[in-house]
Amino acid sequence: MRKAFNEELLTAAHADPRIHMVLADIGYGEIEPFANAFPSRFVNCGVAEQNMTGVACGIAMEGNISITYSIANFPTLRCLEQIRNDVCYHNANVKIVIIGGGMAYGPLGISHHSTEDLAIMRALPNLKVIAPCDILEARAAVHAMLAYNGPVYYRCGYKGEKNIHSAPVKFEIGKAIKVSDGPDATIIFTGTIGYNCKLAAEALAKEGINVSLLSMHTVKPIDKDAIIEAAKKTGGILTVEEHNICGGLGSAVAEVLMDSGNGDTRFKRIALPDVNVSKIGSQDWLRDQYGMGVNDIVKTMKAMLQ
Amino acid sequence: MSNQGKYCECKELAKKVRTHCLKMVHRGKSGHIGSMLSMADILALLYKRILKVDPKNPKMPERDRLLLSKGHGGAALFATLAELGFFPKDWLETYYLDNGKLSGHISHHVPGVEFSTGSLGHGLPVATGMAMASKRGGKPYRYFCIVSDGDCNAGSTWEAIMLAGQHGFDNLCMIVDYNQLQALGKSEDVINLDPFAEKLRLFNWSVKEINGHEMAELETALSKFPDGSGKPMAVIAHTVKGKGVSFMENDYKWHYGGLTDELLAKALKEVEAAI
Repeated sequence: MRKAFNEELLTAAHADPRIHMVLADIGYGEIEPFANAFPSRFVNCGVAEQNMTGVACGIAMEGNISITYSIANFPTLRCLEQIRNDVCYHNANVKIVIIGGGMAYGPLGISHHSTEDLAIMRALPNLKVIAPCDILEARAAVHAMLAYNGPVYYRCGYKGEKNIHSAPVKFEIGKAIKVSDGPDATIIFTGTIGYNCKLAAEALAKEGINVSLLSMHTVKPIDKDAIIEAAKKTGGILTVEEHNICGGLGSAVAEVLMDSGNGDTRFKRIALPDVNVSKIGSQDWLRDQYGMGVNDIVKTMKAMLQ
Repeated sequence: MSNQGKYCECKELAKKVRTHCLKMVHRGKSGHIGSMLSMADILALLYKRILKVDPKNPKMPERDRLLLSKGHGGAALFATLAELGFFPKDWLETYYLDNGKLSGHISHHVPGVEFSTGSLGHGLPVATGMAMASKRGGKPYRYFCIVSDGDCNAGSTWEAIMLAGQHGFDNLCMIVDYNQLQALGKSEDVINLDPFAEKLRLFNWSVKEINGHEMAELETALSKFPDGSGKPMAVIAHTVKGKGVSFMENDYKWHYGGLTDELLAKALKEVEAAI
């Protein structure tokens, strides 16, 4: 997915001279085409994410679009105050891009797992929070992000993601994309864990349980209409996210259900059970270990429908 | 014209800024008066003789940009801007009060304020980004950033110092309000920045060291900018925290300290009596 991201960014940068890339010494093997094509719109701040974010904000405030880009928590938590005070408060046109959303970096360990980001980013005023689920969404999301004038957080995957959608999608910030339709319940997911949801939906279908599948690629502003429609039409919602249980997609969906008077909807959340991810293994293995494998999704759905 | 006469306007403005600040802090029962008085002369000289700004057109594209990183001293900048006509002076009377126009830390919602700060270490990175974009984009805009001792404790400030030095952003000027006192004591006892000029030179900055209360020295240091060195420029302005009020000068208590009615009267009298 990061390759797709960089390809789309490069294409966009050829057409829009406002686009700058501001790095903190991360991006080897991916960012070189941008750096070579646009040396005057590229700066590597060194391993200095606070400065990276401040510099990006300054560049944006002079009428440009800044992309900060790094691994997992480096461009978010390390420089959270710069994002809050500098970028969000000034509504600066800065796009904060992370590579390796969730546990994509697998065995690299907790420093490289981005598992609280959705909650923290979604708490910041003015910031749009997006998490594309596959390459097709990722490509379209780059252009949607750049077309929006203001701060965006873009949670990118890493590599080797399988497609969930079967054809190019229209990506509109704040508008969920329906992957499949079924009357029995709805799985709402965000990000690349959606692939497990797709497999789970297929497994459930074989057992006669037909669920809708909704890609909630924008966690903020969340698509309230799509959530309410899912609640009314299918009567049950299971949220799935590769993120801590506190404050992420599941919390956001629950807020919408309660606020809209749909608190009686059958509802369950699959997420990390408020733990530090200390086990060592690949992303797929970790997903299984922490209760978000295909079988876990199938079991949880069945339990909800009982 | 003698220097005294030449800088009469600047001194008059600095005096007004000090007077406003004392009244604002007293009225709002707020703090940071020492930090405000420390940079009143710097602001007065900048706005009277250096900065290309237009109070009637605060967003004029070709303006000089000033970012105040030590946002806690923002009342001094508010007072300066009000005196210059960026906004009505009666706004100053609402500083720190309910439904006020002016907050305790500097805010970009106020005409003439380039950037909001309040947490230290934020101004210089943003100014560096702005300077980079304009320099590389072929725009002749200039960027000034006023930082404090405390600002220079922050790693983010040094991250920006390293980057600006690395790339030679010579349209960036950092003015250090170097009063050598911070919230909990003497800077040399907290984080000793000296030899400060030498450190900055080693980081590839062009450095000038002056008395930050002498208008002629300030003007000499700031009037040739960019200075032709191809490097970012630092002006280390040696200042006195609480300058102009004898019982505040060089006492870190006045980083936070509040003013009673009696102390306000005494302070105003001293400021008024100054040349």
